Amino acid sequence: MPALLLHNARLLDPATGLDAPGALLVENGRIASLTGAPADGAERFDCGGAILAPGLIDMRAALGEPGFEHRETIASAALAAAAGGITTLCALPDTDPVLDDPALIQFIFRRGEASGSLTTLPYAAASAGLKGHDLSEYGLLREAGAIAFTDGMRAIASARTMRLALSYARAFGSFIVQHPEEPSLAQGAATEGELATRLGLPGIPLAAEAMMVARDIALARLTGGHIHFSRVSTAPALDLVRAAKAENLPVTCDTAPPYFDLNENAITGYRSYAKLSPPLRPEAEREAVVAGLADGTIDAIVSDHQPRDADDKRLPFAQAEAGGAGLATLLAVTLARVHAGDLALLPAIAMLTSRPAALLGIEAGRLAPGAPADLVLIDLERAWQVKDGQLPGKAQNSPFDGRALEGRVVATFKSGRKVFSA
Amino acid sequence: MSFSYPILPTGHLLAIEGLESPHIAALLDLAESYALLNRQGKTQRDLLRGRTLINLFFEDSTRTRTSFEIAGKRLGADVINMSVSNSSVNKGETLLDTASTLNAMNTDLLVVRHAQSGAPALLAQKVTAAVINAGDGTHEHPTQALLDALTIRRHKGDLRNLIVAICGDITHSRVARSNIHLLGAMGAEVRLIAPPTLLPAEVGRLGVTVFHDMRKGLAGADVVMMLRLQRERMSGGMVPSAREFFRFYGLDMEKLSFAKPDSIVMHPGPMNRGIEIDSAVADHPTRSVIGEQVEMGVALRMAVLDVLARSLRRHA
Repeated sequence: MPALLLHNARLLDPATGLDAPGALLVENGRIASLTGAPADGAERFDCGGAILAPGLIDMRAALGEPGFEHRETIASAALAAAAGGITTLCALPDTDPVLDDPALIQFIFRRGEASGSLTTLPYAAASAGLKGHDLSEYGLLREAGAIAFTDGMRAIASARTMRLALSYARAFGSFIVQHPEEPSLAQGAATEGELATRLGLPGIPLAAEAMMVARDIALARLTGGHIHFSRVSTAPALDLVRAAKAENLPVTCDTAPPYFDLNENAITGYRSYAKLSPPLRPEAEREAVVAGLADGTIDAIVSDHQPRDADDKRLPFAQAEAGGAGLATLLAVTLARVHAGDLALLPAIAMLTSRPAALLGIEAGRLAPGAPADLVLIDLERAWQVKDGQLPGKAQNSPFDGRALEGRVVATFKSGRKVFSA
Repeated sequence: MSFSYPILPTGHLLAIEGLESPHIAALLDLAESYALLNRQGKTQRDLLRGRTLINLFFEDSTRTRTSFEIAGKRLGADVINMSVSNSSVNKGETLLDTASTLNAMNTDLLVVRHAQSGAPALLAQKVTAAVINAGDGTHEHPTQALLDALTIRRHKGDLRNLIVAICGDITHSRVARSNIHLLGAMGAEVRLIAPPTLLPAEVGRLGVTVFHDMRKGLAGADVVMMLRLQRERMSGGMVPSAREFFRFYGLDMEKLSFAKPDSIVMHPGPMNRGIEIDSAVADHPTRSVIGEQVEMGVALRMAVLDVLARSLRRHA
């Protein structure tokens, strides 16, 4: 492959704080230099002044494969990811069969490679069969390429299992990703409160999140193991994480765009596309999530892509499946907070690139010579609208259906090859 | 009777929440006239002639289904009862498959009861018929609240400033929610009496006052509305036992004595005698209006069918 010079760009690299006009040279699928000096015979690509940033790293997405190919396949998810500027994605293990076997971990990784546009880093099940009792084979699974361990949409309910998981994962330099809800209190369909009462929906109290976060922070303190809470969505839980970080405990967390862009009113009229897990929260909690993004308490923004088909969603609200498609909207909904003045651009992009990269210990996510030439070109101002039926990939169940957004991926490069352009 | 605006502007009756007091009053006025006609034994069999009314019941209910059936027949509609036990919904057919089937059969009026909150609203998006919610999950039961209001009005006149105490399992009660919205819209003072485990979160924000002590809650009440306590709530641990519930939240003559001397007692039925209500109260010749509620149910449902059939004509 000939060298490629991406010129007339606004280079943005959260890892170093770089935000300046420039050019970037790609050779052999890797970043060769940021000096702009063209190699002989290099192809040239005019970025038109748009932002050139590291390809996005999505720490949490369900891919539907294996077992739920009618919802999404790795190939269709790769299309949606490329359109969303995502070049690396961590796949959840709650598939059928469950990702608790080294062969399956290798399968998911290879399927991503086959797409040519997406690196899929599989999580392995934290407990065998996601049953919450016995640990899966962390050592063998790590060797096979498991990025970390989680029971996906299920909370690890038993304190004993979580203690063992956090302890044992240390031996293999890995961490545990927790769904932060106390399951015995999380049987409902919406956040407990006035709206759920009016709609006659079973509620999940806000406290279900904080009490699981508090328990697991205590276990992190006990074991020294690294706990990562995924989709933190309430003020009390964020306060606990903030305090744990101040104590230098190995505690990290992420959130997903619905929790800082929408509030529970999105479910009014029993709109099942807005049924998520954890459920959407009252406005005060959304504001707390925005504050958590702004002050650095939240380490990463994840798509929490959960593909669902019409049969999963066209049901009475409490029976409809929870989950929203998120790959195509991850960047633009994050940029909405930048446009609103809640977040600066560099820290916002950092939560989609360098910070998850550091957490995962991978070399992607920065504009540095030698790093993979996984890149995204972003037009900050270009407007578009989320429309059911017009999203890239298979899953159309976006909680943002109808939302007007500003900021769009213009092109995506994987290992120096253009895999998407708009 | 004619109205210059549609009484039910959506063309459906899915919930009380969202209805305004003039709409409610107009429905009650119309129902009042049907109550009179019913007592005189007169019928209006040409009003819904040629209209098809389907009672689509995904949950068992003898009295509500029968009430709609009688109301439809008195107005001349062709009434068909579909219940879950003998239809294809048990065979995995989805709610929306059912909707398209009903569309193909040119149903005009669809009465739906479903165990899931929001199911009639989902159907209403997909069917051409006017949909009447006959109780959905723990959301609403609008015709029950309307017939309750009609019954209260006949005894107490205006609803405004009346004190109405709703007692029992509020959390799981669609009847309570519809009544809270309706009575609030009509200017009554609503009190809820229940142990905290049977009250939904932030219910106080619905404009009600909450009591855990039944005698205090009943003090000065004009209307005492009892709710059915589902037996499975006790196995779910929300109430320790039937005898404990009856002791503190069951309505007997002693507790009723704290309400106004001319207060009336209501129950949507079916009753659990000895659990939420004592037989001496339920069968009281002057205080209990439980039988009249059933009578008003037919008249009120006739009014609802009449109003919705008018808007069908308007849209046709």
